[in-house]
Amino acid sequence: MAQLTMVKAINDALRVELSKDENTLIFGEDVGVNGGVFRATENLQKEFGVDRVFDTPLAESGIGGLAVGLGSQGFRPIAEIQFIGFIFEAMDSILVQAPRLRYRSGGRYNCPVTFRAPFGAGVKSPELHSDSLEGLITQTPGIKVVCPSNPYDAKGLLISSIRDNDPVFFMEHLKLYFSVKGEVPEGEYTVPIGKANVVREGKDVSIFTYGAMVHTSLKAAEAAEKEGVSVEVIDLRTLSPLDMDTVVQSIEKTNRAIVVQEAPKQAGIAGELIAQINEKAIFHLEAPVLRVTGPSTVLGFPLIEEEWIPSPARVQKAIQKVMSY
Amino acid sequence: MARTKQKAQSLLESEIKVAPITTFSVLSPEGKIVNEDEVPGLSDEQLQELMKRMVFTRVWDQRATGLARQGRLGFYAPVAGQEATMIGSQYALDKEDFILPGYRDIPQLHFHGYPMYQAFLWSRGHQHGGQIPEGVNVLLPQIIIGAQYVQASGVAMALKKRNTKNIVITYTGDGGSSQGDFYEAMNFAGVYKLPVVFVVQNNRYAISTPVTKQTAAASLAQKGIAAGIPSIQVDGMDVLAVYQAVSKAKERAANGEGPTLIEALNYRIGPHSMSGDDPTRYRTKEEPTEWEQKEPLTRFRAYLEGKKLWTEEMETGVIEEAKNTVTAEIKKADQYPKMKIVDLIDSMYETTPPHLEEQKAEYAD
Ligand SMILES: Cc1ncc(C[n+]2csc(CCOP(=O)(O)OP(=O)(O)O)c2C)c(N)n1
Ligand SMILES: [Mg+2]
Repeated sequence: MAQLTMVKAINDALRVELSKDENTLIFGEDVGVNGGVFRATENLQKEFGVDRVFDTPLAESGIGGLAVGLGSQGFRPIAEIQFIGFIFEAMDSILVQAPRLRYRSGGRYNCPVTFRAPFGAGVKSPELHSDSLEGLITQTPGIKVVCPSNPYDAKGLLISSIRDNDPVFFMEHLKLYFSVKGEVPEGEYTVPIGKANVVREGKDVSIFTYGAMVHTSLKAAEAAEKEGVSVEVIDLRTLSPLDMDTVVQSIEKTNRAIVVQEAPKQAGIAGELIAQINEKAIFHLEAPVLRVTGPSTVLGFPLIEEEWIPSPARVQKAIQKVMSY
Repeated sequence: MARTKQKAQSLLESEIKVAPITTFSVLSPEGKIVNEDEVPGLSDEQLQELMKRMVFTRVWDQRATGLARQGRLGFYAPVAGQEATMIGSQYALDKEDFILPGYRDIPQLHFHGYPMYQAFLWSRGHQHGGQIPEGVNVLLPQIIIGAQYVQASGVAMALKKRNTKNIVITYTGDGGSSQGDFYEAMNFAGVYKLPVVFVVQNNRYAISTPVTKQTAAASLAQKGIAAGIPSIQVDGMDVLAVYQAVSKAKERAANGEGPTLIEALNYRIGPHSMSGDDPTRYRTKEEPTEWEQKEPLTRFRAYLEGKKLWTEEMETGVIEEAKNTVTAEIKKADQYPKMKIVDLIDSMYETTPPHLEEQKAEYAD
């Protein structure tokens, strides 16, 4: 098996699906000739031709509309939004037209679109390139939200997303693109949407997290281990719909929980997850569920990003606190 | 029904056509006047000032790209090849006029009063980069392509409502002209007859995407026609042509005659930005060299030398001055105090709400 970076794993997933299903199409700004600004679509235009992999004019609303239109006609568009902050120009497509098509047409039409976008802080990109906007999207019924933390999952989840008959928003953390390598099988395999993954088993406290915060949480878990606290870390992988079965099972075992997200505190994944824990597992809890998040501000400017992003130390503090009850 | 005498036009004849576009220019690439009637009425000192600013900007750009390579800047979008458009258009403004820039339009901001060290802080990602000094009439460099265009109508409406004679100038690129916002902005400004000059710098590329992939239209200038506003294509490497076109558009705007679209043809000689763009992936190595023949500094230098208005000494003087300025301003940026999360929290609202007040505790050191 090859050791791949996450961006290479994504490239591989796209290649697999382009070869397998001629209805798949890739388009977006600079995805063709240039192979994407992060090379996620490297060589794909060369291999599959300009009819299947093509550059668009600089217009996200146009990209979104193209995707929804093609999706309604049985194609499987994979539309790249160059950076997360540019989804706002395409919000009507992403949050309205794509998610509602099945519902509005009573099932006559569906929209098997995959929107891909890099996001995530820690690489000092300019404003509006790296915000964690998943909360905005998970607030919307009708679209699934997927966020891998490693190359293996990235490939398997992207293939599942492309094959899904409903729209999927696929979030690729900028910091993970090149910094994590992992074994990635050749050819096709899938990682199911809607299934969380226990990445570290533990018995005293459960951490639920996703994206780059999986790695932050693992660091904190290792440090806690040295202090005698056994931490379970669960990578949610899909943010909408949430895999509550895995979450509840873990809480039944540990009776303590922390949610870690890079996004600002207000109204995010952590808020939703804690509400569902409250509904489904409150009698298993021995302490309030804590969250470690960014502050409720716009993402910190690049020069202060590192202080803004939740650190292993802040996660460790939360572990100590939740254990103190 | 009686048949009309007049012969009706056929469907084909009824089709609306855009007349062939001619590019407005004043100087040839060799620096010769090609358009006597349109030579702007600038004094010798003013002509020299235009040259000084272009040389200054070129040196600043070279230093900035070097600093970016060393990791001493954050986001930086090089400007070589675009100086005539940037410098010429800003020079046509009054201090009270407003600039709404894109991320690449830093030189215009600087010559409008925005301090260079703040531009460096903006590049690095420091909040102080955006704290535009009082009396400097510019908004922040815009990252969202197209947003500055639509906002220009708002700023212009404010100026109009206050009965000033001032105008707004806003910039985008060839890529930006594909955004819906590009058209919406011109349409609004046309409807309300707002004092805006829309500049689109056609530097031929949007990152890797050539302008030929942005539109099937023969020019970007003609996009203004649909919005019903006067539109012109100028040689954006010709500082006199740009100055003249913007001056006329400003005059019209200030007289209540509404907006103008100016497409300035120039070229991005360097990479898109200093964050990993590799132009050899999408254009030949020779292409920039060919464009360097038409390059704005060479041509204007030749013109001024012909008029005995420019010497090597003057050039060396500006280069020295630019180098010293950049060094001093970088130092100032280096010395500027670090941000604190608690201050960022306090800058979200006029009055910090309780939930944010509470979060400060986590970041107090
Ligand atoms: C809304 C939006 N979409 C995409 C981007 C990413 N992006 C930054 S610069 C750029 C190309 C812009 O090209 P152009 O408008 O021609 O301006 P130039 O960079 O050539 O000055 C792109 C796609 C962005 N900043 N904003
Ligand atoms: Mg351009």
